[in-house]
Amino acid sequence: MKDLWSRLRVALLLTALLAVVLGGVYPLAVYWTGRLLFPFQANGSLVRAPDGTLLGSALLGQNFRGSQYFHPRPSAAGEAGYDATASGGRNLGPTSKKLVEAVAQSIADYRKENLLSPDQRIPADAVTASASGLDPHISLANALLQLPRVARERKMRQEELREILARYTSKPWLGLLGEPVVNVAMVNWALDGKLGGR
Amino acid sequence: MTTSFWLSLGLFFAILAASSSVLALYLRQVLDPNGKTWLDPVFAPLERWTYRFCGIDPRKEEDWKGYLASLLVFNAVGLLLTYLVLRIQQWLPLNAKGFGPVSPDLAFDTAVSFATNTNFQNYAGESTLSYFSQMVGLAVHNFTSAATGIAIAAAFLRALVRKGAKTIGSFWVDLVRTTYYLLLPLAFGMAIVLVSQGVPQNFSPYARAQLLEPVAIAGTDGHERRVETQEIVQGPIASQEAIKQLGTNGGGYTNANSAHPFENPTPLSNLLEILAELLIPGALAVYLGLAVGRRAHGWAVWGVMALLLFGGILLCWRAEAAGNPLLVAQGLSPFEGNREGKEARFGILDSVLFAVSTTATSCGAVNSLHDSYMPLGGLVPLFNMELGEVAFGGVGSGLYGMLVFVVLGVFLFGLMIGRTPEYLGKKIGASEVKMAALSILVLTLSILGMSAWAIASSWGLAGIANAGPHGLSEVLYAFSSTTGNNGSAFAGLSGNTPWYNTTLGIAMLAGRYLMLVPVLGLAGLLAAQKTVAASQAAFPVSGVLFIVLLLATVFLVGALNFFPVLALGPVLEHFLLHAGQTF
Repeated sequence: MKDLWSRLRVALLLTALLAVVLGGVYPLAVYWTGRLLFPFQANGSLVRAPDGTLLGSALLGQNFRGSQYFHPRPSAAGEAGYDATASGGRNLGPTSKKLVEAVAQSIADYRKENLLSPDQRIPADAVTASASGLDPHISLANALLQLPRVARERKMRQEELREILARYTSKPWLGLLGEPVVNVAMVNWALDGKLGGR
Repeated sequence: MTTSFWLSLGLFFAILAASSSVLALYLRQVLDPNGKTWLDPVFAPLERWTYRFCGIDPRKEEDWKGYLASLLVFNAVGLLLTYLVLRIQQWLPLNAKGFGPVSPDLAFDTAVSFATNTNFQNYAGESTLSYFSQMVGLAVHNFTSAATGIAIAAAFLRALVRKGAKTIGSFWVDLVRTTYYLLLPLAFGMAIVLVSQGVPQNFSPYARAQLLEPVAIAGTDGHERRVETQEIVQGPIASQEAIKQLGTNGGGYTNANSAHPFENPTPLSNLLEILAELLIPGALAVYLGLAVGRRAHGWAVWGVMALLLFGGILLCWRAEAAGNPLLVAQGLSPFEGNREGKEARFGILDSVLFAVSTTATSCGAVNSLHDSYMPLGGLVPLFNMELGEVAFGGVGSGLYGMLVFVVLGVFLFGLMIGRTPEYLGKKIGASEVKMAALSILVLTLSILGMSAWAIASSWGLAGIANAGPHGLSEVLYAFSSTTGNNGSAFAGLSGNTPWYNTTLGIAMLAGRYLMLVPVLGLAGLLAAQKTVAASQAAFPVSGVLFIVLLLATVFLVGALNFFPVLALGPVLEHFLLHAGQTF
């Protein structure tokens, strides 16, 4: 029993000490270093309009449904989608009837919105939900299918739009990791002239 | 399969091998109580001061029972601390959102989950936990549960080397040295790199962004509600993320875990997070060879782990890249694979690499939803966990899990060819094999027994989200994940209910501590033995023959235990899917 008490004493003291070092000093050290070296990223990559309004984060998607905007992927985060405090996906399995019906519906909507022929194959990312529900990206193929609609609505030349798309497209790292993807929110903010001089 | 696919995989395994061999040399210094590292100027004074403050005599070693007792007491204290922090977080500082106390069953589940290195996520971090709870309640465990695993592995290796010894080391010294010299510096470096990629690290309140286009949604009371802003999560995410991956913990800051752009913003951060899961377990396998003085043995064990991982990646990638024929029939492009529950920036290969690595180790972080994988794609993570997570495995637990298989394998094949089973000069007799078999039986019994209980009860069936064989997979996955201390989930299952929180908590405790007792007991038995002189008839512990036999042992045990239930879950679902059946 005396043995147990001495072990307990060590365990309590060590736990208290480690709580201070690992739970206090360590995150603070990362905080100070991060703020010094990468202040923009450390604060959540927040993007503001020239008038100071917070538009969102360059890393998080937002829901755009209007026909003058590029549309993001379906989102299961929160009721309205893209709720950044309720990240998550649909969690439907591959044989789920709900999944098949939801995808069929999204395909029909997508073809109608973009005036596509009924046998047009739809890029997979356009009608499937991401894991986080906050995916800021869509595939290049998806963006190019939406491009004629946005150009029409905004009375812009397609080449002009393509240039804006290219500006917010990220390439795979070393050509190996990841896929070429377009940041939807950034493109839409740019189209609305919210990103200042760029 | 394209050139870039093979290039990516080749690069991946090359980096893994290089980092394992470098870190193994460093581990030799860390796990030797008198070892010298280049971080001594910083951490040696802190280490000495820690011993003095806590009243630890660093020269006092213990036998396996004493080692186990210290470990259990320390883990129990940590578990209670986390439970307490979660229950009273409303009175503690750094609670910007004013979150109330976590419910008793969820606090129990979460505390057990972090103490056992499982980190099963029944909690949704960003909408439940304060910054203080994340940092002190959870992240501290990410360090200590990882250090606990490494300590056991270190003690086990000492037992293998010692002759006629009573003691296997000091738990306190192993814990403190591993935390200060290994985990803390690695985590700090990785956290800074993650910040550079976009993972936030701040203590600001959640930010509120103005939407360009408000969204109207129908409220529950029939009135329309307009969403005009987006609330953006903030907090000390990078510091949490780094140790979550390095310590193979896997408990996310947010509900979506490493799929969340704030936890894993770029393909580069994704690669780093995958490598971080495998880094320490890989180095420990190589360190095994250094510790017992046979490099080839360490690399042979490393090779078996790498082969298991490689096979899993190929199988899972094939299933996911093929896509879902049910959706292609609706008009989906057939060339892009199964994208449901995957992030666009990662695509198929980066998602599959993560999913297989996170379950082959005991990490359990996810960057895509395993629940939405194709049946055979989801089978790979499930089977990985049921093998006991030995394809590199958890930090420490992967190595001692694999050594249990080595002991069993040496015994089985030794008897078959009529040699006295011995491993590194230690006789493997009835007592040793009993301990090894016991630790494997605990896992099997917990996974299959608890799953059977759940699917035979109303509380178990109530949590299932997907009908048909997929529902069985969801339950099986939950108990495999918790027993294996993995923590990933087929997240459709509603696990945050009093029944599931409690049973999953018990599975985690059984999977961690009931397995520990026989493993440390085995270490005690091995340490006490005098080494017999290596005879000509000794069993080889390196080379192709050893690799094949060890693979066979892992597969035989895994296959015999789990193939029947896997046939009823994922395999059946695969055939039904291709017959066009939905549920």
